[in-house]
Amino acid sequence: MDQDQTRRVGHGWRMTGTLAAALLAAAGLLQVAGQAQAQAQPKLKIGLMLPYTGTYAALGNSITNAFKLAIEENAGKVGGREIEYFVVDDESDPAKAPDNANKLVKRDNVDVLVGSVHSGVALAMAKVARDNNTLLIDPNAGANELTGALCAPNIFRTSFSNSQPGIAMGQVMAEQKKKTAVTLTWNYAAGTESVDGFKEAFEAGGGKVIKEMALPFPQVEFQPYLTEIAALKPDVVYVFFAGGGAVKFVKDYAAAGLGKTIPLVGAGFLTDGTLEAQGDAAQGLLTTLHYGDGLNNPKNNAFRAAYMKAYKTEPDVYAVQGYDAAQLLIAGMNAVKGDTAKRAELVKAMETAKLDSPRGPFALTRSHNPIQDIYLRKVEGKENKVIGVAVKNLTDPPRGCKL
Amino acid sequence: MDLYSFLIQLLNGIQYGLLLFLVASGLTLIFGIMGIINLAHGSFYMVGAYMAFSLAALTGSLFVAVVLGSVLCVLLGIALEWALFSRLYQRDHLEQVLLTYGLILVFEELRSLIVGNDVHSVAVPDLFNWSIPLTDTLSYPVYRLFMSAVCIVLAVLLYLLIARTRLGMMIRAGASNREMVQALGINIKLVYRLVFALGVALAAFAGMIAAPVSSVYPGMGTGVLIICFVVVVIGGIGSIWGALFASLLIGLADTFGQVLLPEAAGVIVYVLMAVILLWRPEGLFRRV
Repeated sequence: MDQDQTRRVGHGWRMTGTLAAALLAAAGLLQVAGQAQAQAQPKLKIGLMLPYTGTYAALGNSITNAFKLAIEENAGKVGGREIEYFVVDDESDPAKAPDNANKLVKRDNVDVLVGSVHSGVALAMAKVARDNNTLLIDPNAGANELTGALCAPNIFRTSFSNSQPGIAMGQVMAEQKKKTAVTLTWNYAAGTESVDGFKEAFEAGGGKVIKEMALPFPQVEFQPYLTEIAALKPDVVYVFFAGGGAVKFVKDYAAAGLGKTIPLVGAGFLTDGTLEAQGDAAQGLLTTLHYGDGLNNPKNNAFRAAYMKAYKTEPDVYAVQGYDAAQLLIAGMNAVKGDTAKRAELVKAMETAKLDSPRGPFALTRSHNPIQDIYLRKVEGKENKVIGVAVKNLTDPPRGCKL
Repeated sequence: MDLYSFLIQLLNGIQYGLLLFLVASGLTLIFGIMGIINLAHGSFYMVGAYMAFSLAALTGSLFVAVVLGSVLCVLLGIALEWALFSRLYQRDHLEQVLLTYGLILVFEELRSLIVGNDVHSVAVPDLFNWSIPLTDTLSYPVYRLFMSAVCIVLAVLLYLLIARTRLGMMIRAGASNREMVQALGINIKLVYRLVFALGVALAAFAGMIAAPVSSVYPGMGTGVLIICFVVVVIGGIGSIWGALFASLLIGLADTFGQVLLPEAAGVIVYVLMAVILLWRPEGLFRRV
């Protein structure tokens, strides 16, 4: 009995002791938190919604790496605020995109959304961004509408619009006095917008597109089209393909003997990241894009060296776009000293930012698409060598944008 | 379209059809004869293509790579059948779909971990790396003709195996009545294991042979999967000739559809399938 009592007393003492300790600790925590709040603003929440699996995984990784590199170069801060990343693999699946974007915006309360590669996913993100008035920066997807009919004050793009490379190549081919052209692409937005850009500029320059062909995405049986091209004998063939399809098309075109007689040209994605696989078949091809190999400007040299040092691999055009997405965010946030509540000033600062990009300096249109030099590039060995500027400061007409 | 273009397009169509048969032949065995819904068929095709890429780089010869790769894939097939598929014969189709869908994800992830996400190409062997000029602008790559020849040989061999050999007889008997075949003292488990391994090896073989033409890239397996099922279903489940005939039909329909009716090119094959199944729900050919 006695023993029992002692034990209970002891137990009670221990309980009180623990309680007191816990209270002390809690008080301490509160104090620390209070200090932190007084010292700095809360972390800026950045939602990276990009593909990390599937066909576009490499692109998603490039963009993420370069985005983080730009922030680290800025002492790991944006507008004086520390960063917290929320990373979501969008799998390049438009069906899952609204859900993924909503989770980032509503559950994680991100201050800014960054994404994506696939235009379908980016369009869904734009819808969520418009509905919730969340800041969105698109580091790749080229769908014209994003800075056209669907433009909004809170939606920005640091890559390109699908028309841009097409318009540039159309002008170059017209200047080269080509009279007739045949176009071929997958029948989806990126392809048709690119081809439309080419057609518009080529015909404005006096050329004529004699046949527009499109095959269902992602079919890669090109033989019937090559037979058609051989029969039509145009002065030039303009195509939009990327990734595995681009490799196969370029090789099939060469194997069919067309390379010797009818020049093949395309938007830069035809030969970007694919040259290793295309080998000899790609040599000498002309393409247009807002970036290329052998661009000799100090910013590009510094960027390439820093990227190489951080990730032990060469950066590509997607890395440049990701890097600029971070630069754009930093420019805006610095102007408002990290206060996202000053939305109008933030947007204003981003709109008027002059970005010192590795591709060369660029500004944005009023619909928030880059006004940029589109380079003419020629495949030499394993490089897309820049051989000149196809069009200087190319602006894509922001059709349907009411900003 | 003049006669000459027509003939070239005819060649394109036949050649594409034969290529489809090459890819679908393995599925004819696994789905058509064994009755297993194998969504991972495209993954086996991809495994083959990546094997051709890695082994050709290692050995310096595509032919050595194909032989080595085929042996490896037979072993892979045996291992998969032993570990996973043998448990599914008596189960619902839904469970087969779940397992094989899971395998797609596993194989894609393994591919990403082992080889990465870049696009690669496999060199056409020197022996076939030339073209036959057809017109002043167009020539035909000899490797494509070689692939067509391989497909025809394969179709004949498969037919002989299924219709004319003792093993083929056991396979067909096992497909219609498993228990009875077992009661007759035949080791049906072993037979199925072999057939499954052969199906996997055929899919991989198709990937290997097609690799120089199609190049090697992430997600390449899913592209061929659906068209393979279309071929097997149109041809009549379990028929080798049916699959060959259906492949040619689809190859021609697709080629001429793209030339003559480009707006409908994406749906022509599926419309064709719907019409054929309305007319003959069991497919064009009955079981051999």
